Amino acid sequence: MSSVLSAQNLSKSYGGHRVVDGISLSLNKGECFGLLGPNGAGKTTTLRLLLGLIIPDGGELSLLDHPVPQQAREARLRVGVVPQMDNLDPDFTVTENLLVYGRYFGLKDAELRARLPDLLEFANLTNKRDARVPTLSGGMKRRLTLARALVNDPEVIFLDEPTTGLDPQARHLIWQRLRELTARGKTLLLTTHFMDEAERLCHRLAVMDNGRIISQGTPRELIAQNIEPQVVEVFGEFAADWAHNHAARHAQRFEVSGESVFCYTDDAQPLLQELQKLPELRYLHRPANLEDVFLKLTGREMRE
Amino acid sequence: MNYYAMPKLSLRFIPIWRRNFMVWKKMAGSSILGHLADPLIYMLGLGYGLGGMLPQVGGMSYIAFLAAGTVCYSTMNSASFEALYSGFARMHEQRTWEAILNTPVTLDDIVFSEILWAASKSLLSGLAVLVVIWVLGLSHSMLTLWLIPLSMLVGLCFASLGLIMTALAPGYDFFMYYFTLVITPMVLLCGVFFPVDQLPPLLLQLSGLLPLTHAIELSRPLLNNLVPAHYTSHIAVLLAYTLLGFYVSVVLFRRRLSQ
Repeated sequence: MSSVLSAQNLSKSYGGHRVVDGISLSLNKGECFGLLGPNGAGKTTTLRLLLGLIIPDGGELSLLDHPVPQQAREARLRVGVVPQMDNLDPDFTVTENLLVYGRYFGLKDAELRARLPDLLEFANLTNKRDARVPTLSGGMKRRLTLARALVNDPEVIFLDEPTTGLDPQARHLIWQRLRELTARGKTLLLTTHFMDEAERLCHRLAVMDNGRIISQGTPRELIAQNIEPQVVEVFGEFAADWAHNHAARHAQRFEVSGESVFCYTDDAQPLLQELQKLPELRYLHRPANLEDVFLKLTGREMRE
Repeated sequence: MNYYAMPKLSLRFIPIWRRNFMVWKKMAGSSILGHLADPLIYMLGLGYGLGGMLPQVGGMSYIAFLAAGTVCYSTMNSASFEALYSGFARMHEQRTWEAILNTPVTLDDIVFSEILWAASKSLLSGLAVLVVIWVLGLSHSMLTLWLIPLSMLVGLCFASLGLIMTALAPGYDFFMYYFTLVITPMVLLCGVFFPVDQLPPLLLQLSGLLPLTHAIELSRPLLNNLVPAHYTSHIAVLLAYTLLGFYVSVVLFRRRLSQ
C-alpha cells in the first residue's frame, strides 16, 4: 500500500503551549482515517499543519509525495477540504459556489461546467442548483461544502467535523456519501467527536489528547487494546452506593458518573445475576464500544 | 514561518478578482448610482453654493477646483471602504479567505487580489467623477484622460494602506478610528476643498507627507490643461505608500491568519 500522507513527529506551540506535541501518522490510499479527541485536543491545528497552512516548529511531513509546507501549493491542488464552519459564498447560488471555487484550482469554466451535473447529483442538490446559499438548510449547506471539496477531483479529502450540527437524516446521507468516496478509492481524513461516526466510517483511528496521539489502530483494535470487552451500565438513585460497596467484586473496573455506573468486565454473568436480585436498579448489558475507549483515554471531565 | 519574507505573487489572484467582480455585478446598479450621485451632489452643492461666493481659486472656477479634489477624494473613499469593510467581511465574517486558503491560492495572492479589486472600484469611481466633469463642462482638456490611471494609482495606494487596518481590526467598530483620525484629517489637509497654501506652516509640512496631497497635486493641473510640476516625484510618493502598505499588510495578515 502506498502512503498518501506521512507525518513524523510534527509539533506546534503557541505562546509556550504545545498544541500539537509530536504527532506521527500515515494514511494509506483508499482508507478513511479518523482523528478523535475532545475539544482543544489539537485536531484542527493538526489538519492545518497537514495542509501546510501553518508552519510546524518541528517534524517531517509529506502529502501526495510533496514535502509540506515547502510544496503545500502543489499538494493542495489534489486535496479537498470540508472545513468545520461553513464558509460558502453567501452571495452566490449553489452552482456559482462550485464554479467560483473550481477556478481557484486553475480549472477552466468549460471543464467545471462539465463536472457540475455529477457534483450536484452527488450532493443531492440538482434541483437546488440555482438556489442562493442563505436559502439552504444546514444539511444542504454541508452537502454543498462536500461537493465543493470534490470540485478538483481530489485524491485526499480532509473533513473537519463533517456532521456536527446536523440532524440524523442529514448525517446518514453524509455518511453514505463518504463511504461512496472511499469505495471510489479516495482517501479520507476526518476529525470527529461522534464515536458512532468514527466506528461506522473509519478503517483506522487515532485518539488525540493534549496534542498527542494516545492510541491508534482499527476500531476493533482500539477496543481490544484499551478496554474490557463487556460493559454493564447501572442506573438509579442508589446506583452509586451500590457500586462503592459491591461493583468491584464482579467488575475489573467501574466508573461512577452521576446516577450511572459503568462496569467493565471480561465476563458479565456474575454481575448480571446479582443485578437481577436488585429491582431498584435498572441496567443495560452491551459490548464495549469506542465511546468507552474514548472516555477511558481522555477522562470524563468536561473540556471547555 | 518567516512573516517578513517578501510577498510571492502568482496569477492565482485572478480567480479571486473574478469572484469579487461576480458579487459586484449582482448589485452593480446601486453601486454605479452611488459612485455617480455622491460626487455630483458634492460638486453641485458645494461648487455652486460656496463657489458663488468665491472668486477664482487657483486660477480656475471653484467648482472645477473642487472637481479635481473630488476625483481623488472619491477614489480614496472607494478603495478605503472596500479594503476595510468589505475586505473584513470576506476575511472574517464570511470566512471567504479561509475557504480560498484551502485551495492552491496563498495568502499573498489573496492580499494582492484585494488591493487590485479595491483599486478597480476606485477606477470605477474615478471614471464616474470624470463623466460628471465632462458632462458639466468643467474641463475640456484631453489631459483629463490621465485621471483614469491616476484613479487606479490612488486606489492601489489607499487599498494597501486600508488593508493594514483590516489586518489589525478586531471588529467593524475599529474602522471608525481610521476614518476619524486618518481619512477625515487627510481630506481637510490635502487640498480637496481649499488650496493647501492656506494652511499654517506646520500643517503645510504635514500635508506634504500625506499621499492624498500628492494625488491632488497631479489631478488639479491635469484638469486645468497643464502637465503637473514634479509629476514623477508625486507618482513616486504614491507608489511608495502602495508598496509599503502592501508589504506591511501582508506581514500583518500572515501573523493574524497563519496561526
